Amino acid sequence: MSSARVVRVTVNGVVHERTVEPRLLLSDFLRHTLGLTGTHVGCEHGVCGACTVLLDGDSVRACLMFAVQADGATIETVEGLGTVGRVNALQEAFHAHHALQCGFCTPGMLITATDLIKKYPLASDDDIREGLSGNLCRCTGYEHIVRAIRAVVGKGRAP
Amino acid sequence: MKPAAFDYVVAESIDAAVAALAAAGGEAKLIAGGQSLVPMLNFRLLRPSVLVDINRIPDLAFIEESVDAITLGALARHHQVETSPLIAEHLPVLAAAMTHVAHLAIRNRGTIGGSLSHGDPAAELPMLAVLLDAVLDIASPTGRRRVAARDFFLGALTVDLASDEMVTRIVFPKLPPATGWGFAEVARRSGDFALAAVATTLTVSDGAITHARIAMTGVDETPKRAEAEALLVGRALTPDLVDAATAAVRASVNPPTDLHASSDYRRHLVGVLAGRALADAWRRAQEPA
Repeated sequence: MSSARVVRVTVNGVVHERTVEPRLLLSDFLRHTLGLTGTHVGCEHGVCGACTVLLDGDSVRACLMFAVQADGATIETVEGLGTVGRVNALQEAFHAHHALQCGFCTPGMLITATDLIKKYPLASDDDIREGLSGNLCRCTGYEHIVRAIRAVVGKGRAP
Repeated sequence: MKPAAFDYVVAESIDAAVAALAAAGGEAKLIAGGQSLVPMLNFRLLRPSVLVDINRIPDLAFIEESVDAITLGALARHHQVETSPLIAEHLPVLAAAMTHVAHLAIRNRGTIGGSLSHGDPAAELPMLAVLLDAVLDIASPTGRRRVAARDFFLGALTVDLASDEMVTRIVFPKLPPATGWGFAEVARRSGDFALAAVATTLTVSDGAITHARIAMTGVDETPKRAEAEALLVGRALTPDLVDAATAAVRASVNPPTDLHASSDYRRHLVGVLAGRALADAWRRAQEPA
């Protein structure tokens, strides 16, 4: 039953090879196996959006796939967006607009916003709110998050 | 770990996938996008002994055009359908419905074959398949068969699919010329499952409706076509006719009551949505192509 398998993934530019049980969720693989705890785990059934990561460039819920399914994939987590000393434009905008309080939802918000900016024109704040509707924040009331994303979209540059 | 233990099989072909299903004797589940399946595994509502991953089957994520139809491979993802130029041109009602399906991260991963096979009674895609008279191609170890979407959905989360069968492709006939469409949905929050939704197509010639389709979801165990379609044929869509169709739609449903909405509210809502979707379809049918 349930024989372990080898998974080889590139996460934030670094190749990792590990042997894992098939039932290990990608979210738990990132956090527990690789120690990349920037990806947060809230609901573990795809509702809260905290665990959202980029899989081959597309935002996905890391709690809704298994690590074995990511074999061969390129993954980007919040740790790949920037560093404390060198944040990217989207992270800078979150900082400037006070778009976080406790920070729990922030990794998922940043990754989701990265994909939204890439795929949609986000012409109005309603479009941004619609795009963020799959990510739950219990502190900021979303207003400042929308403003931060608006600031990046308005400058017309990639985050 | 959240889910119960399972053996993991990567299927490289449709034949390998259905063979793996058959070998497990009903104890296996297919995983495509996993956006409905993995929550059920995480809650241990399902404990399959084998998970057969079909994501690596080559050439199954296509969207293809033929003379009179658009065919989707089972692994086409929701976001792919939402943004496909072929879908925008020939099945715009399908593209519009896709934007109501959950959220971008779910649409990036969720597949067309998976959504249809899951058969959620409040999901958009099964309703669109029923509206557009889609046909599903199904593979098993012993052969292939076709089933109309109208016959495929048997009950809530129950479809006409044996434990060793797999949906391989879905054929959507193109909208005929001079056909307008409408889609209207109310959900508690953006991206939630619909409390109720209605999609329509109206084909119009010389100011009269020649062909009408109305599909509803969220009001029964499966998506349904409305008998009110018959009222519309041969007539122009006047406010009186909208009222008559709305009343007929309401009379034809017996929606469930749950935590989110009462039966009476859903019945009221499906009428309102039908009226809006019909008006939009009528307006679009008059617009030059």
